[in-house]
Amino acid sequence: MNVPEDLAYTREHEWARRKGSRVVVGITDFAQDQLGDVVYVELPAVGDEVKRGESFGVVESTKAVSELFAPVSGTVVEVNDPLVEAPEAVNEDPYEEGWMIVIEPSEPRQLEDLLTSAAYAGLLAEQD
Amino acid sequence: MSNPTGWKPSVGASPSAAAGAAGAGEPPGLGGAAPGLAHEEPLLFEHGSRGRCGVSLPAPVGPAPAAEIPAALLRGPIDGLPELSELEVVRHFTRLSTWNHGIDTGLYPLGSCTMKYNPRSSEAFARLPGFAGLHPLAPATHVQGALELMYRLERALSEIAGMSATSLSPAAGAHGELTGLMVIRAWHQSRGNPRRKVLIPDTAHGTNPASAALNGYTCVELASGPDGRLHPETVAAAMDEDVAAIMVTNPNTLGIFESHIAEIAAIVHGRGGLVYGDGANMNALLGVARPGDLGFDVIQYNLHKTFATPHGGGGPGAGPVAVTGALAPFLPLPMVVEDGPGFRLVTDPAERPGSVGKIHGFWGNFGMFVRAWAYLRELGPEGLRATAELAVLNAAYVRAGLSGAYHLPYPTDSLHEVVFDDQAQKAAGITTMDVAKRLIDHGFHPPTIYFPLVVHGALMIEPTETESKEALDAFIGAMRAIADEARTDPDRLRAAPLRAFRSRLDETRAARRPVLRWTPGMQAG
Amino acid sequence: MRYHPHTAADVQEMLAAAGAPSVDALFRSIPEPLRLARALDVPPALDEISLSRELGRLAARNEVSHPPFVGAGCYPHHVPPAVDQLLLRGEFFTAYTPYQPEISQGTLQALFEWQTFVCLLTGLEVSNASLYDGATATAEAALMATRITGRRRIVVSAAVHPEWRKVLASYLRSTHDEIVTIPFGADGRTDLDALRRSVDGAAAVIVGWPNFLGVLDALPEAAALAREAGALTIAATAEAVALGLIQPPGALGADVAAGSFQSFGNPLSFGGPAPGYLAIREAHVRQMPGRVCGATVDRQGRRGFALTLSTREQHIRREKATSNVCTNAGLCALASTIHLGLLGRRGLAELARLNFDRARLLRDAMAEVGVRPVFDGPFFNELALDVGDAEEVVARLARRGLAAGVPLSRWYPDAPWSRGALLSVATELHDPELIRLFARAVRP
Repeated sequence: MNVPEDLAYTREHEWARRKGSRVVVGITDFAQDQLGDVVYVELPAVGDEVKRGESFGVVESTKAVSELFAPVSGTVVEVNDPLVEAPEAVNEDPYEEGWMIVIEPSEPRQLEDLLTSAAYAGLLAEQD
Repeated sequence: MSNPTGWKPSVGASPSAAAGAAGAGEPPGLGGAAPGLAHEEPLLFEHGSRGRCGVSLPAPVGPAPAAEIPAALLRGPIDGLPELSELEVVRHFTRLSTWNHGIDTGLYPLGSCTMKYNPRSSEAFARLPGFAGLHPLAPATHVQGALELMYRLERALSEIAGMSATSLSPAAGAHGELTGLMVIRAWHQSRGNPRRKVLIPDTAHGTNPASAALNGYTCVELASGPDGRLHPETVAAAMDEDVAAIMVTNPNTLGIFESHIAEIAAIVHGRGGLVYGDGANMNALLGVARPGDLGFDVIQYNLHKTFATPHGGGGPGAGPVAVTGALAPFLPLPMVVEDGPGFRLVTDPAERPGSVGKIHGFWGNFGMFVRAWAYLRELGPEGLRATAELAVLNAAYVRAGLSGAYHLPYPTDSLHEVVFDDQAQKAAGITTMDVAKRLIDHGFHPPTIYFPLVVHGALMIEPTETESKEALDAFIGAMRAIADEARTDPDRLRAAPLRAFRSRLDETRAARRPVLRWTPGMQAG
Repeated sequence: MRYHPHTAADVQEMLAAAGAPSVDALFRSIPEPLRLARALDVPPALDEISLSRELGRLAARNEVSHPPFVGAGCYPHHVPPAVDQLLLRGEFFTAYTPYQPEISQGTLQALFEWQTFVCLLTGLEVSNASLYDGATATAEAALMATRITGRRRIVVSAAVHPEWRKVLASYLRSTHDEIVTIPFGADGRTDLDALRRSVDGAAAVIVGWPNFLGVLDALPEAAALAREAGALTIAATAEAVALGLIQPPGALGADVAAGSFQSFGNPLSFGGPAPGYLAIREAHVRQMPGRVCGATVDRQGRRGFALTLSTREQHIRREKATSNVCTNAGLCALASTIHLGLLGRRGLAELARLNFDRARLLRDAMAEVGVRPVFDGPFFNELALDVGDAEEVVARLARRGLAAGVPLSRWYPDAPWSRGALLSVATELHDPELIRLFARAVRP
């Protein structure tokens, strides 16, 4: 499984990438593999507030629905709208094209509580 | 992002490109599946010719409707509707039917669905003009036979459940759950507080939490124990004065009898709650044990499971709800009562002020009542008990026949159905989905798969009592052959079904780009 | 027992294989005190000949010698024998829900055709694979509207089927959504002024099309008011044959069409089963309750069908599902699909026209004996007639074996016209001679 070193992770398999003061969020390679073919992604609207550890949307395969959990609290400032029409990007390129939202964090220090790539890779090894 | 069912849907590329020649070189399936005269058939809307018609009607008389109906409200003939002769339509649906597998075609061991034989005599009786041609609002003197049938069915279902009264109105099992929970809510309400929570074990059908939510209840999931049973201490820990009810399927979806049910009921009753029974698996209990005697307050039947009314490719069903005397005043309307020499429908809420109201446009799915009553009368008390006994015997026989070939996640005794999983096939990279699809090549419908959710890669098998030992032997043989094949030729297995009218469908495509109706020049496929 | 194939030898062999000493031992997981120690108290078993006699006796206690002049949500129509004979194909009626698409293509293609028929007749974009009946379909439509709009109030016309409104009330009671009922006028059409006063903040406005009184209601006007207020319009139809003559809900501004297709291919059967339908605009598809069938391809690229968008449903989303519905009315939907296939473009137009003709004949025959319609709005095949004392007429004609209609006083006891109003239907089954006989019997 691909676990890029420059990202931070949640235990629920979301990744977070710093972009200036903001945080880009998506799901990991492991998550998309577990889910199988993603057929639908439901995302919040720009301007919505999200809270760390709480659901901000869902991702669906044909037989399962999984909630998406925010890695940090803040305001949604960008949404990857093309995913609604082309959810396959989540499978094909989870770390780039498959990004989901950008958050303007209200408590930037929460980023430090996320898992490092090494810790996340360790978590995956345990699950195996 | 866990995936508890073990279901990882992905059609992807076919692992065996040779599957293009479906069925070629395949040995005949053990259940007799063989390539037949499978005709391709377009949609109704894709053939025919302008002006053709398949009905014969009297000619209209009198002036055009435009004389009375405003022109803006009138519509002309609807473009897109088919234009076919009667034979074309008959041939169309006959061909379509041959692409289906039904109980009449072969063994259909779908767990928790009770796919038993649907008697032909029941079909004939439901079609008697006195039943099929009867209007629900015909004068009371015209409908006495129908009311008598409903009355006697209601009495019998109450006796079989060990309950006081039964509403026949619900149109399906989930509709019965909804109704039963409405009754529970109304009972609590009558005591001042409707309460807010419903306890549901993790083995429950998805309809249980959905029905509870539709009733405005919050669901609390209870973990079943390592033996597949719900344990009293789990219930006691979750039970409080805000719990309206617990919903228990007994036997549960692992086919295991909840043997602590009396104790669980006492715990729930002790804190003012009620016990709801999902009667999907009543086939295991007919004449052996009665939900009312086990501590249940409400239970819904599925006449299309236990009482052999046909599933019809997804309905119609009937989900009568039986309740204790304390809850009877809250049942929906109508109820049928004796009235002098005849029978009468109680429809006026003034007569039953506690009633939750109406839940069906008329009186329920009467056509199913006729079929169920005919079935019940043919069986009688001994036949009902024999039904449960033979259903359990058949399941036990299949369980014994498959042990060793498939992993049994819960070794606890099971009743009318048994749940295996794909753990023994994992090393070969074979999943429950592959096993299910390969069964089709052997001429059998697959079991229920990936349910219950507590079993990763579940294969849930319910043979029912109407299958013979020979049919079960053939099924066991096919399942064992597939287990062997998982070791010897896994690629072939992953390409299954090879002999079906269609190979695996691209469900991802169906969901990503939904095409839900025909339109001129339709492209999908 | 013909349904139990087991011989005594089979039972012994099977018990041996299962390692059980007796059939009773198979039930050892049920604690002894919980078992039933006696035989069930149900009637004794019958052989098939006695069973036929018994069911025949019950059927004979029902009076069905003439087609009833009763509609009111369940309509007497001719069902071509081809429909029922095809339904008896065991591959159709003994199949389960098509969860295994490779061996369910027959059911699936027929459902896809059903969905297309529902869309063509209602003028809407997406249909599900059926619901229990017209009443529950309307209730599900209302619940869907609350999810889509985030509002909790449902405005319903008093001219919507009263039994359907009762079901709506039962469904909404537990979710605490509010129902506001608005009256209708002397023409039998929804009072638009009253609607205007109630529509603000509503999730949906429900109007019958045609309505319970048989009248072609003010659907376009109601839909315009609803749209202005941000509410959805639900057109509720019990007599779907009308959609072969009158404009479809989708063309008149409705966002949702709900109702019954019983009139196509399904017998009266004392009120059930019959297929409920629900059609919507595509934008709302993820809020739609119930199963839906979609087109796709198999691994060889051949067209096929499968249930899709299942993540809305209870078996996956559980308590967050759009509905708890599972088993629906599949075989009834198939009956409608076959009947509509036979009718087709020309047959449906002819059938609808014929129904209107017969109702007009009924009105004219009644006028000859001095009986007038209660409402003056346009009708399709059903109308309320002022017969003086409707209950008396129903009782009197019942003695002659005729089901005359239903007295509207049962649902509108306080209306000034209530006592005389008899709701009667005339369809292709009521030939002109029978209609004239009926009229003469009402006013001898």
